[in-house]
Amino acid sequence: MGAAGPVLAVALLIGVLGFAVVRPRGLPEAVAAVPAAAVVVVLGLVSPHAAWAETRTLLPVVAFLVAVLALSHLCDAEGLFAAAGDLMARLSRGRPQRLLGAVFAVASVVTAVLSLDATVVLLTPVVFATAARSGMRPKPFVYACTHLANSASLLLPVSNLTNLLAFTASGLSFSRFGALMALPWVAVVAVEYVVLRLFFRTDLGVALPSRGRAARARQGAPGTTPVSRLSVALVGATLVGFVVASVLGVPPAWAAAAGATVLAGRALAQRRTTARALLAAANVPFAVFVLGLGVIVVAVVRSGLGGVVGGFLPTGSSFLDLLAVAGVAAVAANLLNNLPAVLLLTPLALAAGGTPAVLAALIGVNVGPNLTYVGSLATLLWRRVLRDHGADAELAEFSALAAWSVPTALVGGVGALWVSLAMIGA
Amino acid sequence: MDVLVWVTEATWPACVEAVHAHVPADARVTVLYVADDDVAGVASGAFAGLLGRSGQDRARRVTELAATSGQELLEAVAADLDRPATTVQRHGRVEREVVQAVADLGADLLILARDGDLRRLGPHSLGPAARFVVDHAPCATLLVWPGSTPEVGSIPPPPR
Repeated sequence: MGAAGPVLAVALLIGVLGFAVVRPRGLPEAVAAVPAAAVVVVLGLVSPHAAWAETRTLLPVVAFLVAVLALSHLCDAEGLFAAAGDLMARLSRGRPQRLLGAVFAVASVVTAVLSLDATVVLLTPVVFATAARSGMRPKPFVYACTHLANSASLLLPVSNLTNLLAFTASGLSFSRFGALMALPWVAVVAVEYVVLRLFFRTDLGVALPSRGRAARARQGAPGTTPVSRLSVALVGATLVGFVVASVLGVPPAWAAAAGATVLAGRALAQRRTTARALLAAANVPFAVFVLGLGVIVVAVVRSGLGGVVGGFLPTGSSFLDLLAVAGVAAVAANLLNNLPAVLLLTPLALAAGGTPAVLAALIGVNVGPNLTYVGSLATLLWRRVLRDHGADAELAEFSALAAWSVPTALVGGVGALWVSLAMIGA
Repeated sequence: MDVLVWVTEATWPACVEAVHAHVPADARVTVLYVADDDVAGVASGAFAGLLGRSGQDRARRVTELAATSGQELLEAVAADLDRPATTVQRHGRVEREVVQAVADLGADLLILARDGDLRRLGPHSLGPAARFVVDHAPCATLLVWPGSTPEVGSIPPPPR
């Protein structure tokens, strides 16, 4: 292939990501990813053996993703998210600063245990409605959800697809991963809280007077959504199952699948969801997309780009070394997207600085997307799609907030990781 | 006389009180709420970040929610006004939409509430949206304090 190989591999990666954002005619993203993966194998950029090895490595990861997406859908069907909205409204007692605290607590926990998808797809609309009904400006709370979906996804291997992809390679156990990332998780959430509280101090300073609340309550009051205790217990048992399974050396996908199966049986029997909705939520085509993406990224790494990016990564594990790894990861996540970034960087970081470097790279790819969410290229496409729908978001405020929160959270998160590593050891 | 009342989430009761206190009984009152496209935009950005995992139609849900909650707010205001009023909802850049709504209606008076730092008389008692509207409104404006008005002593001393 000569010089054409690297160019082709990167072009295919960009094309596949672009397709995934625009999704012409609503086609699943696997429609582009699978043929592109086939092309890199046919052209010899990746050997069939290496492609199969990558797919085998990623299979347990995507299996877990499917199970946890189904699990989140079932939690929604059981009314857990609506109940969380009621709880947040009650905790806030009409005061925006208190609601912000409640949203932070709920969004951080939901992201950590049910992954960022649950926070974005299921919690954000609930939080929007809760704020509006409580007579508050929804903007700070929507920003809190979207930011925490990324930055609070550091805690567990299950919190973010990026963690799952790196976790397999890192050689850490589930509980050790959680122990090392607990302090960075707390540090990053704390940084986000301070930044949002200051950035939106005006919006958070105005509360609806009680007379207005009474009038507003007549229109759409936050009520109490009944949730069965059994549902809560089953979800809780599944989450404990993640940890127990990993301690026993069983992939957490099995615990998620077992929990999802029991909850699905109940929800289907009680007609709270349909098999069709459940299957759509599990999103198997997306899992296939991740497998295809994995093969394409192997082609990109082998094309020589891996060596170039690897050259940027320091080999030590001092605070500044780890910060540099996180910085490179954040830049890669913004240039491309966090999924190819983590696929690309995990083997390179592992080779350069071992487990500490992999965890630092995860802080970068998880916190970094708050700058552009989908990566800069994809953001351009996304804005075009948005304009087609008759809405156009101003990126000025979004970027100003990110300019404060992302660098501060990176420094805070990496600093906390450095302390964790010194206390617990890699 | 046409009066346009621009209401927002937390401060609308002050605008209702201003209508009760200052608007003649024979004036035609229109209540306006503008949904900020930025909020739906931020949410849809996060949806886009998930690529296909968010589902095709989920991103539109926040836009619909914004419209519904705007409608609920307008109904609450209309009920509290206790006089005939037209309600209008728009979406887009809030400050531009308000000025455009004044022009479209040919309003004689615009009533709005301060939306900035409400703990003192100023500076910054006007947020960016209200500042733009007051600056550009093509009619007389009535600017009200939500809640109690701060003391004159709340103004910082002049720079030396």
